[in-house]
Parts: sequence; structure tokens; C-alpha cells
Amino acid sequence: MERLIFKPKSRWREFTGEKLISITAFVALIAILLIFVFVFKEAIPIFTNSYVQEEASLDKMVFKQQFYEGRDSKWSWQPNSEVPKFSLLPLFIGTLKAALVAMLFAIPLGVGAAIFSSEFASRRIREIIKPAIETLAAIPSVVLGFFALMVLATVLQNALGLTFRLNAFNAGIALGLAVIPIVFTVAEDAMTSVPRSLRDAATALGANPWQVSMTTVFPAAIPGISAGVVLGFGRAVGETMIVLMASGNAAIISASILDSTRTFSATIAAELAEVVFGDTHYHVLFMIGSLLFVFTFLINLGGDIVLTRLKERLAGKTI
Amino acid sequence: MSAPSKTDRMKAPGSIAMVSGRLQPDAKYKIIVENLSFSYGDVQALFDISMKIRQNRVTALIGPSGCGKSTFLRTLNRMNETIPGTSMSGAVRLDSRDIYRDFDDPSVIRTRVGMVFQKSNPFPKSLFDNIAYGLRVNGIKDKQLIAQVVEHSLKQAALWDEVKDNLDNSAFMLSGGQQQRLCIARALAIQPEVILMDEPASALDPISTAKIEDLIGELRKQYTIVIVTHNMQQAARVSDHTGFFYEGRLIEYGPTKQIFTRPAKKKTEDYVTGRFG
Repeated sequence: MERLIFKPKSRWREFTGEKLISITAFVALIAILLIFVFVFKEAIPIFTNSYVQEEASLDKMVFKQQFYEGRDSKWSWQPNSEVPKFSLLPLFIGTLKAALVAMLFAIPLGVGAAIFSSEFASRRIREIIKPAIETLAAIPSVVLGFFALMVLATVLQNALGLTFRLNAFNAGIALGLAVIPIVFTVAEDAMTSVPRSLRDAATALGANPWQVSMTTVFPAAIPGISAGVVLGFGRAVGETMIVLMASGNAAIISASILDSTRTFSATIAAELAEVVFGDTHYHVLFMIGSLLFVFTFLINLGGDIVLTRLKERLAGKTI
Repeated sequence: MSAPSKTDRMKAPGSIAMVSGRLQPDAKYKIIVENLSFSYGDVQALFDISMKIRQNRVTALIGPSGCGKSTFLRTLNRMNETIPGTSMSGAVRLDSRDIYRDFDDPSVIRTRVGMVFQKSNPFPKSLFDNIAYGLRVNGIKDKQLIAQVVEHSLKQAALWDEVKDNLDNSAFMLSGGQQQRLCIARALAIQPEVILMDEPASALDPISTAKIEDLIGELRKQYTIVIVTHNMQQAARVSDHTGFFYEGRLIEYGPTKQIFTRPAKKKTEDYVTGRFG
């Protein structure tokens, strides 16, 4: 037989290949950093520029202000008024209200559908339900917003006899439609990846299929399900077009979800195009952008920490 | 407790005489299998198996991989039904009642015929909750009773002394051998009559294996045990009767001593002497 002659491997090709692959990984990281740096840079004058601070310092954005003599002090967002008012509290409350309605709507539906699809649906039904719910995620948010603005708002107003057609409830439900596929997909994945050996163990102890699902599979999948909920909340806070179209955009402080409401994201979308470049208002909008960035980052980080702890507990590393 | 004799048995693998020496041929039949055939879809896994399993005896099922012994084991508590697309014919009788036709709810069968799996599969819960699980899903809510049963089962599985102070710890904090004994305790907690074991020690080290085998010798007094094993020394050590499976058929079934020393079929002899497998 002929002697085999092995060629030395190309060091050069290996080196460039490896570097190219690592660059792709860092592009995303660099993009995130650049975005944050740019957005935050435009917000810096709020901390440094005394002219900007006169109208919108940190404490003016957070605490009650007395804008007119003889009137009560209050929180107010009226950036284009004669006396510009830059309190972020109405927007913060508006953001939370819409996101909470969305989550109250999306968690039961998303998790419920995930349980049904992974545990009880026949294969044929599952093959209809899964793609159908995942298609919800593919609907552009402007279409969902348009639907909420034109159809849902009217239906809700007639059904509940509402004063305001566009409100946090209406926006929250439309937002929920965008969040459901996220919660569903992650939760369904978590449930189906619970090992078969656990189902077998429960079945062999005399548990019926319902008990197997609810007392074994569901608890074992809770870390994954919470990950879906956290990701969904991140989307609900950051989502812009739906709330811009369906919430009414009134920057008011109110506990009622049936009042019109305005979120951080919708504020940026609605006002940034018309703001005077370099104006206090301009910098405040970038401040809001930075806040949103940090906010969603913390939500995801917090979710991640909770998840890791839960996983460790389930794996027996901590008690 | 006849611990010394069992320990001796452990130390001298292959001393079949002691096992068969305990045989009482008059023990009554607990499970009677009649003409059982079983298929996964179009693939037939078991062919016309008839077998009588005696009460308070350890029956070992041996044979090469894929011979159908695990499939057969799962037909004895209807666990095979959890796999979609399977079909069967024939009958399995538990105390003369047909477990497929006389019971609508398979979970009733599974509380009477418990199962221990090849790979230990504790729930991601505390030790206590692992054992209590079978009680809770079967409608027992009395906390005192549950605590009693948990303690009793852990003692039966010879695990109590090792874990009694840490019942709230996660089951995953135990070693592999301890996890498997926990799974045995969990199976015992619902007070089954028969315990099916599917290669319960195949993933364990020799010391843990010895403990499991000791345990089987102890449990034999109260329960009917059917054990699938790859390890022929293990079959010889722990069982009273042995069935040899090959290609979905029960080739030979009889007292363990006879199977290992004077098998009637050539195929059995080839297998137990290690000529194939």
C-alpha cells in the first residue's frame, strides 16, 4: 500500500477563520455599547449643563414641583408649555400600567396555551396551535396597534361603557397580544424539555396525566416559564408602536387603567421628531431613552439572576 | 434481619446454592402472564410470552440488549401505555384479575405494582416531598401519616440514617446510589405488592450496587420483585427464579440455580456462559 503523506494544516487559514468568527460575536456587543454611549451622551447635559438643569434637573424630574405661584405643586409632563414641565413620574406610571395590563393578559394565556400544547394537545392540534401563536409574533406591531386603535378600542368602549376610547386597558391588551408568543414559546419549550424520566417516575407512582403535568412537569419547568415572563415584560416595557397608537398618550397620573396613558417609549417616538435640537426637551428625551435602556437591562439581568438561583435550587446546589 | 447471610452472599458472587437453598416451590403465583405479544407500531417486541411469577420471590429477567426484557417489565404495570402507537394482545393477571381488562384506570395498577427505573430519577424537590409525592397524588392529606410513611419507607430502603437530619434538602444533593435508594423508598411509600426494577444498579459503583442487592434480599420478604438485569452475577446473587429472553421471546424460565447450572436450552447456556451477549 502507498505511504500516506499528511500535509501540515494551514496555520494561516485557522488563524483568520478563528478571528473572523470571534469578530461576529463582538459586533453585537460593540453595537450595544455604542448605542448606549450615544444615547447616554445626549443625556449628559442634564447632569452638567446649568441652563438645562434650570428646567430639568434630576430632582425636577422626580419630585413634585410648584410651577405657578399660589398653585399646588405637582408632577407634570408638559415639555412645550410656556413653563416647560419635565416630571417623568406620569410617564413612568403610564409605562408600568400598560405593561402590567399586558402581563396580566399575556401570562395566563401564554402559560395556559403552553401547558395545553405540551401536555394535553394531540399531535395534530399542537401542529396547528404552535405555528398559529408564533405567527402572532410575526405580525408587525404597527398592525397590532392599528387593530387596537380602530377595532379593539371601539369594542371595549361599547362593552364596558368607557369614557375614554383609548386607554391603558386597550393598549395593554394589544400589547399583551405581542407578548403572548414570547411567553408561550419559552414556556412551551421549558415544559417539553422536562426529561421523560420525571414523567415516568410520576406515572409509576399512580399519578394520572393531569397530576403528572401539574405536580411534576410544571414545577420542574418554572425556571424556564419565568424566563419567558421576564422576556415578555421586557418587550412590554420597550414596545413602542402599539402603545403610541392605542393608549391615548395623555401624560397624566392616575391609578385607573381605564384612563388614557402615556409611556416612555411612546413619548420618545411622538416627540423626538419635532424637538429643537440641543434643547432641554431634546436632552430629556435622551434621558428617557437611557432610562428605558437601563430599565430593560435590569429587568433581564434580574430575571437571569432569579433563573440561575432557581436552577441551582432545583439542581440542589443551594437550599 | 438476616444480614450476615446476605452479606456473605455478596462477597461470594456465584454462590448460587445459597439462593436456591431458600427456594420454597409452593409459593403462590402473584402475576400470571398469558400469551403476551407487544408491538411498537409495526415493530413487534414481544412474542407470545407466558410466565408465572411467584409471590415473595425475586424473579430476574436476563438477556442481551434489545431482547424485550424491559418492554416486558413495563407491560406488568401498564407503563407501556404511556408510549403512543403501541399495541398488545394476551393477558397479564395480578392475583387472577386481568390488569388490562378489569381495571379502567391504569394508575390503580401502578399503585399496586411499583417501579424503579434504570437511571435514578428523583423529582427536583426535597427528599421528604419526593417520598410524599406518591401519597399526595393518591389523595392522602394527613400530614402526620405522611411523615410516618416517609420515615418508614426511608428505613425500609436503608436510607433513613443517612438522611434523617436533612429531609428538606434537595434530592439532587444525594450521591447516585443514595438517589436510587431514594427512588426505591419512593416506590415503597405507596405500599405496592409488586416492585418492578429495571436494571436498578446498572449506573452504580460496586458498593452502591451491593447495598441495592442487600436491599432486594430484605424487601423480598414483603414484596414480589421482578428485576431486569444485564449482570448475570447479579441475577445469580439476588434472584430465586430467572427468565432468559432472546429476540422478544422467553426462551427459558426456571429456578435460578437450574438456569445457571443446567440450562435446558442451548441458547441459554451460550448466554449464561458468556458466549454471546
